[in-house]
Amino acid sequence: MSVLAALRPDSWDFPLLLHVLGAAILVGALLTAGAAQLVGWRESAPAAALTWARITFFALLAIAIPAWILMRVAGQWIASEEGFEGENVPTWVEIGYVTADPGGGLILIATVLAGFGLRRLRARGRATSGLSRAAGAVTLILLLAYLVTVWAMTTKPS
Amino acid sequence: MSLYDWLLFLHVLAAFAVVAAVVVFTYVILAGRAVALPSDAVRLFRFSRIGDVLVNVGMVGVLVLGIWLAIDADEYQLWDGWIIAAFVLWAVFAELGRRLGKIYNAARDRARELAARGDDAASPELRAMIRSRAGLLLQIASIVVLLAFLVDMIYKPGA
Repeated sequence: MSVLAALRPDSWDFPLLLHVLGAAILVGALLTAGAAQLVGWRESAPAAALTWARITFFALLAIAIPAWILMRVAGQWIASEEGFEGENVPTWVEIGYVTADPGGGLILIATVLAGFGLRRLRARGRATSGLSRAAGAVTLILLLAYLVTVWAMTTKPS
Repeated sequence: MSLYDWLLFLHVLAAFAVVAAVVVFTYVILAGRAVALPSDAVRLFRFSRIGDVLVNVGMVGVLVLGIWLAIDADEYQLWDGWIIAAFVLWAVFAELGRRLGKIYNAARDRARELAARGDDAASPELRAMIRSRAGLLLQIASIVVLLAFLVDMIYKPGA
């Protein structure tokens, strides 16, 4: 399979580049969003909570969502180039669909949670936000799912 | 699963760690431009330590596993043009990172110094250090080199 990957047609290179780029940026954004909540977990100052909530929200909104769109659209482009449709979908591509599509929904949910969390922190001057922390937890779970996907995409188990 | 598959997975994972670090650093550099207080700057730089760990582990992983892959796979040789290009890009990226570290570590140390003194008022000096034009340009150059690296890995020119 690895040799087949090395011998793929040149026309697949560009969508593959976009797909890998989107996936790598997405992983970076999720890590940024989730890690901000982990790093700030034990801080009790309202200004600190605001900083971490801001990082989580903007990493999701400005980086993760565009990266997810790039990864998903380019992934579909390659899938159609390779003829992976209907019954002809290998297991490793199915793993990709299973994590990518619900993952997109979860990223949206985490973004909304992080947005409301940030708004509440700004309005009430609290030192913690359960909503921001929930958003951070969702992103870390997603990160684990995407690591499994990276394994499936590179090793192509069938 | 073959050894090649595992090496490829770990090599890609290491590359993802490097991209993740660049995302963290870019975020810190851009968010830092709006930071006025030393305590906020200290907090932001504390966060960037995640990027330090990711970039160090990722860079070593990419290099070691990449060399191992090239040795393990019959279709690739270490002296292939695209692999030599990858070594050059790796070295350029590492040097850019070293220079970036110098600029932002100085800003971090200054922010810590001010915060430790209890001087948490907006500091024009610290602001100028964090908003370093050279730092921003080096970060943009790092992103360009990383993109070139990705293009090299996917297109494998000459392979």
